[in-house]
Amino acid sequence: MAAMAVALRGLGGRFRWRTQAVAGGVRGAARGAAAAQLGRKVAVVDYVEPSPQGTRWGLGGTCVNVGCIPKKLMHQAALLGGLIQDAPHYGWEVAQPVPHDWRKMAEAVQNHVKSLNWGHRVQLQDRKVKYFNIKASFVDEHTVCGVAKGGKEILLSADHIIIATGGRPRYPTHIEGALEYGITSDDIFWLKESPGKTLVVGASYVALECAGFLTGIGLDTTVMIRSIPLRGFDQQMSSMVIEHMASHGTQFLRGCAPSRVRRLPDGHLQVTWEDCTTGKEDTGTFDTVLWAIGRVPDTRSLNLEKAGVDTSPDTQKILVDSREGTSVPHIYAIGDVVEGRPELTPTAIMAGRLLVQRLFGGSSDLMDYDNVPTTVFTPLEYGCVGLSEEEAVARHGQEHVEVYHAHYKPLEFTVAGRDASQCYVKMVCLREPPQLVLGLHFLGPNAGEVTQGLALGIKCGASYAQVMRTVGIHPTCSEEVVKLRISKRSGLDPTVTGC
Amino acid sequence: MRRRSPPLSPGPCAAGDAPNRRSGHAREELRRRLRGLIERSRVMIFSKSYCPHSTRVKELFSSLGVECNVLELDQVDDGAKVQEVLSEITNQKTVPNVFVNKVHVGGCDQTLQAYQSGLLQKLLQEDSAYDYDLIIVGGGSGGLSCAKEAAILGKKVMVLDFVVPSPQGTSWGLGGTCVNVGCIPKKLMHQAALLGQALCDSRKFGWEYNQQVKHNWETMTKAIQNHISSLNWGYRLSLREKAVAYVNSYGEFVEHHKIKATNKKGQETYYTAAQFVIATGERPRYLGIQGDKEYCITSDDLFSLPYCPGKTLVVGASYVALECAGFLAGFGLDVTVMVRSILLRGFDQEMAEKVGSYMEQHGVKFLRKFIPVMIQQLEKGSPGKLKVLAKSTEGTETIEGVYNTVLLAIGRDSCTRKMGLEKIGVKINEKSGKIPVNDVEQTSVPYVYAVGDVSEGKPELTPVAIQSGKLLARRLFGASLEKCDYINVPTTVFTPLEYGCCGLAEEKAIEVYKKENLEIYHTLFWPLEWTVAGRENNTCYAKIICNKLDHDRVIGFHILGPNAGEVTQGFAAAMKCGLTKQLLDDTIGIHPTCGEVGNRRF
Repeated sequence: MAAMAVALRGLGGRFRWRTQAVAGGVRGAARGAAAAQLGRKVAVVDYVEPSPQGTRWGLGGTCVNVGCIPKKLMHQAALLGGLIQDAPHYGWEVAQPVPHDWRKMAEAVQNHVKSLNWGHRVQLQDRKVKYFNIKASFVDEHTVCGVAKGGKEILLSADHIIIATGGRPRYPTHIEGALEYGITSDDIFWLKESPGKTLVVGASYVALECAGFLTGIGLDTTVMIRSIPLRGFDQQMSSMVIEHMASHGTQFLRGCAPSRVRRLPDGHLQVTWEDCTTGKEDTGTFDTVLWAIGRVPDTRSLNLEKAGVDTSPDTQKILVDSREGTSVPHIYAIGDVVEGRPELTPTAIMAGRLLVQRLFGGSSDLMDYDNVPTTVFTPLEYGCVGLSEEEAVARHGQEHVEVYHAHYKPLEFTVAGRDASQCYVKMVCLREPPQLVLGLHFLGPNAGEVTQGLALGIKCGASYAQVMRTVGIHPTCSEEVVKLRISKRSGLDPTVTGC
Repeated sequence: MRRRSPPLSPGPCAAGDAPNRRSGHAREELRRRLRGLIERSRVMIFSKSYCPHSTRVKELFSSLGVECNVLELDQVDDGAKVQEVLSEITNQKTVPNVFVNKVHVGGCDQTLQAYQSGLLQKLLQEDSAYDYDLIIVGGGSGGLSCAKEAAILGKKVMVLDFVVPSPQGTSWGLGGTCVNVGCIPKKLMHQAALLGQALCDSRKFGWEYNQQVKHNWETMTKAIQNHISSLNWGYRLSLREKAVAYVNSYGEFVEHHKIKATNKKGQETYYTAAQFVIATGERPRYLGIQGDKEYCITSDDLFSLPYCPGKTLVVGASYVALECAGFLAGFGLDVTVMVRSILLRGFDQEMAEKVGSYMEQHGVKFLRKFIPVMIQQLEKGSPGKLKVLAKSTEGTETIEGVYNTVLLAIGRDSCTRKMGLEKIGVKINEKSGKIPVNDVEQTSVPYVYAVGDVSEGKPELTPVAIQSGKLLARRLFGASLEKCDYINVPTTVFTPLEYGCCGLAEEKAIEVYKKENLEIYHTLFWPLEWTVAGRENNTCYAKIICNKLDHDRVIGFHILGPNAGEVTQGFAAAMKCGLTKQLLDDTIGIHPTCGEVGNRRF
């Protein structure tokens, strides 16, 4: 999506502003609105380049349209499927199995997203932010240009320009048929019909989340992973996420890479892949192939070189300093388009807000990118904040790290007869008293809700002792965190018994 | 002895401070030395040579012809340090500090009192010839955690647990209120009710079924009771594994260090122990009106009720009342709550009213400012039919209603009055029946401790009981100094819309800090999952109360919404670490969750 927030300068095309910002997406909107509140003249330029499959959407960026929001809602649909299966154990007389209707879900989700698009537009209007639905690119370091629907060229100039164009899913264009027959997360949430039997290629959280909810609503789903799942996340937790998915119906093809996609005469897609260790080829047929192998920043169509904004030659992401400033003093970049930042909506929002407060509000507060919590909404949710065990060991050395861990059984699982083998929590601490908490990892229901408050604790410099002094809330899953007594080093059994 | 000892060097480290390792080490060493002295001496007196009270105590023992080991703190180099460590061990800062056969008797006054009551002579005779190191009366959350911890520390421990059947005849196994008739079955029935809501939601998310889904009380109750039985069994097993003696008998003190245990058949056995822990908890209160014990049930009965309660009147506005009313309504039952005055006394009243109004919008009827005066049975049966006569608390108006079940949830009374506490001199609060304890859970009798809901002024919560029981055992038998921290204890009320909180209620905060020194941030929010489900906006709510005089420190956190318990726990941990508004603002939210409301919306 090409989205920019521009603070216009008063020259340029047909529009005259004293200041202005360029953006789009959640961050753009946040920043635009914030800047406008600070009395600045702001324009937001946002344009969604249709996906190769022709999917397009409204204002709000990835999170609202093709990310967090529809993802969590479809995840919720899948969770509800699990709850329907629990219900008879709790006395609800519901005949099983209950079928799922994709169209109904998708329509409800899409309607909600559209209402959010509308909400963003209204918000911009209320705050007198000018919104242009055009694809803009730089003309010079103070001017961007785009072509409106009627073919009219629009030039916008500004004192400050903020680039927040985000990223789009990567297509493996070297694979025959990938572009023609595959879809990505840009499309899946907007499908009118059920994707049917699906092959998800990739091991990112996007891949696992999509495969998780597809399985959960009853679709035959396979995930193909070439190397490790959830790169960058704690690997013990990642493998437990996969283990849980595998035991709940998602099929995995590990160590495989696709080589070709063909459409069969009956309309099915035939995928050919290679087992990376044996070199053996294999094929399978699917209704849908979903690529989730990563994302590329949306910088290429911006003509950044005309403004002199530097990007990383490897990733094409924009290089910025701690003030979010690019190589050009009055041009800034925030969100997923920036090199080395966590690709998360709340970080983008906060970075945008702080940036505008620095630019126009006399603030000097910098964004703190440490200890950013996040949650992977796989069927068993994985929430984390701070360092992974590997990272902690790499930074501090094995002998200086103490890991406390526990398996636990959520109370609700007992009566429902659910398997809790992968419900697990671990806290990574420094070994030296007072044992500062370096990272927290939680695998279980409502992991996002559990992790949030603990992230606050870590922000406050929590020590292991302080967390242990916190009284639990009974009976919840989160109380397991304040009951962590067993260290990995002790070698004791981390299986929790009783309450 | 009332005299304050001379100023001490800095006391034990304050919460949150890292002890200096070297001084911590030296202190541990000293502590071990003192323990050694106490354990090896029949009578150990920590004294000061010039102190007249110390002299009186020494004279008392010499008149009894008992040899004492005396340490004069003014004549040794580390006297001040010794006094400090003693105050940590005994919570007594002054001298003389007297131990007889390892039991801390106290200062001069207490020693003389013990002499007058005969306790001192008894202690001198005993010479540690007790059956057990520790007997715990009550096998609930607090008692069991204390028992297990003491056993882990190598002590000989006994647990006496006996459930007196409710007036309706309900009884249960080992584990206490939480496991049998509290948190566990409550949360499971709450979950069952939430599943009813989830079933409604699921249609909006594409799940297709047309039938009217009915709820079957018996199926649910059986499943829940099966789970509870497995927990009862688990507890027995874990006591056995740790070699804790478990006796299913009613405990009653008969004399110092001696307790009578009466089993179901009426057989009596006597046991002695060096120390005792009372952890007998509480039981539901009855109204004391005509027909209440005959026809009403309480939370002691509800969770194992063999039949669906039908149209139910819940009397009371405690969290127990609202939680039960909430899940019963969630199963589709006709539920009325009769409230004498306010909802959820002690909780933030703005939140309490919101909890109530959500319930009201979801079919629970409220009769405010009424109290029942008579319960009459119209029909027997399972359930039968009861007529309830109630009168207004404000006037002369009376009303009548017919219900299948009347559930009393008007409060709980401590189980302290029929266990012979008066025989050994353990003081109770005559009004509430609760046992006053100091900050090391010690009662008025030095060798008797109390944990859990029976102890006065402590939050009545399972995790608190567990924590205080465990820490007590570690202090008694381990080398630990750690006291239970009762500040900022979080909790959650599992009403249909859950309410989680930690720290002060707004009213309390205003009372303590004054309104002008507080900044209160609040917001309504709409959980993402509720949007597509078509559930109401502007219902879920969160607020934080900050103290402007202390860097906008968060002193109260309140949230009303789904999974409030899961959200609140982490905030509680953060508050332990001194959470401020600034830190809250600086922490990034997790999107999309309810927990992020604190970071995004305030």
